[in-house]
Amino acid sequence: MPRTIIPFGPQHPVLPEPIHLDLVVEDEKVVEARPSIGFVHRGLEKLAEKKDYVEFVYVAERICGICSFIHGQTYCQAIETLMNVQVPPRALYLRTAWGELSRIHSHLLWLGLMADGMGFESLFMHSWRVREKVLNIIEATTGGRVIFGSCKIGGVRRDMNAETIRNLLQELDAIEKDMRQITRVFLDDNSVKSRLSGIGVLPKQEAHDLGCVGPMLRASGVAQDMRTLGYAAFKDIGVEPVTRAEGDCYARCAVRCEELFQSVGIIRQALEKIPDGDIAVKVTGNPAGETIARTEQPRGEVVYHLKANGTKNLQRFRVRTPTFANLPAMLKVLPGCDLADVPMIVLTIDPCISCAER
Amino acid sequence: MNPEPIELITLDTLLDKVRAKREAGCRLVQVSATRLPDQVELTYSFDLNSRLASLRLSLPGAAPRVPSISGIYGCAFLYENEIHDLFNVQVDGMAVDFKGNLYKLAVRFPFGSTQAPCAPTGAAPAATPTQ
Amino acid sequence: MGYFEMSKLALKWALTKPPTSRYPFEPRRALAGSRGQLVFTKDSCVYCTVCAKKCPTGALLVNRAQKKWAIDRLRCISCGYCVEICPKKSLDLSTSHGSPAVTRDREFH
Ligand code: SF4
Ligand code: SF4
Repeated sequence: MPRTIIPFGPQHPVLPEPIHLDLVVEDEKVVEARPSIGFVHRGLEKLAEKKDYVEFVYVAERICGICSFIHGQTYCQAIETLMNVQVPPRALYLRTAWGELSRIHSHLLWLGLMADGMGFESLFMHSWRVREKVLNIIEATTGGRVIFGSCKIGGVRRDMNAETIRNLLQELDAIEKDMRQITRVFLDDNSVKSRLSGIGVLPKQEAHDLGCVGPMLRASGVAQDMRTLGYAAFKDIGVEPVTRAEGDCYARCAVRCEELFQSVGIIRQALEKIPDGDIAVKVTGNPAGETIARTEQPRGEVVYHLKANGTKNLQRFRVRTPTFANLPAMLKVLPGCDLADVPMIVLTIDPCISCAER
Repeated sequence: MNPEPIELITLDTLLDKVRAKREAGCRLVQVSATRLPDQVELTYSFDLNSRLASLRLSLPGAAPRVPSISGIYGCAFLYENEIHDLFNVQVDGMAVDFKGNLYKLAVRFPFGSTQAPCAPTGAAPAATPTQ
Repeated sequence: MGYFEMSKLALKWALTKPPTSRYPFEPRRALAGSRGQLVFTKDSCVYCTVCAKKCPTGALLVNRAQKKWAIDRLRCISCGYCVEICPKKSLDLSTSHGSPAVTRDREFH
């Protein structure tokens, strides 16, 4: 059987961001996939030499346009560990609520893209209609739609008063109802199910060995969620990782659908239990030492490795984003699949290429 | 202050230590490099039941060499290509070698001890179909 | 397993008003607390240059001798850091985003 190479990307209808794959196909079956990334490397890690550690919060938030808040939060957490800053509990609760709001908006975005990828345009529109409501909450409470800008070293910049919280919880009820309707289509409808079931299967052991993170890992049955580490308010709010055993594209979709409602629950708990008090402490001095901070982003575990030597600029700022860890697994499941399933498999890792390259 | 243990290792024990981690069932979390004035520090982080443990390797010199761990952890090839492209560390025996073309950079080895402008070094390795 | 799950949702929305607004005929209502354009109040500014020193993007330029305050609108990311640290409260973020900047000039005040 002769083999052909089909280029996939860097421009492709299902890809919002550039990644290139050389797909070696035999008839309609993919036998090998060779990746090529690096089209949008921005050198953000190098930027740490120019910007001081306080300004760098803004850079960290801009690593990704979708999980921006948790990037900023993780960076602040890492600096706070280095400088031994005790963040007031109210700030921790607010961070948790915003972090989960960003998870909801990211998952809804992904569900929309997924529907778009399989040609289900009306479902795509509806996912994004609901996402718009979440973005409105975010804009009303932080001032930005996707770049929240509300996290700073030592706490948060904005507070929510009792009325805002009440309105937010009410709005959340409406959003939850809308999400139920949409996820019913994703999880129960025959057309979606037969499009996604059984393709791109990643067995449990392989997912673990290939260093997968986030929904990709949990959809293969490994119950690992960095929120169980208990950062921010998660020490008081328990999180039970959502898992699925099948490890196929449908399982990854189902994990994200269930996480939507888990996040709604977390926001409710966080805002109901929120303690009174300050929202920030003053931070003086420069960081020194080394730390590795991990948190759970919508796409999976993010790792911040910071090294500081007591000057204003960090010696080393290193981020390992979830997509970077999920790429090897994607390359692993591509061989053996049909050419028409490639877009689905690429989409189910929720690729965020510019944050993978930073 | 640092809750994550970092174990210092040497170049000749690297592969054995990594293999031991693999046998213990650890997940490879990240490989990162830090450029210090006269050396490059590599940190290999592993996760076991949400506990982080790291191995730390110091490599003196401007362009050091290190063996690849992609024979043990297949997914390490991306980290190693990245370290090669940004830090000018030669990694021997990577599962997939991009030959310095993982990132399209304006400056060759931005974290290398000497920063040279990037000269075109040929195309990225193309997939080679075998008949 | 369900069939035609989407049709119920589609039918419902076919009979309701669209959730989108008819922009640009109907301008977007800014939400209170939204971070928009930076507004400068000339009268209270003492040209202390704190804002220019702290701006993370270097969008501001302040000249103490000539009493000039300038902003490069294309650089400003509306982060609000300068608003927070200005000792005279001369800076504020409005909720509207203003008109788009088309040239890379500094705006002098
Ligand atoms: S910080 Fe305020 S008072 Fe000082 S120069 Fe800027 S605007 Fe003027
Ligand atoms: S809002 Fe932020 S970016 Fe804009 S001028 Fe002020 S400090 Fe600079």
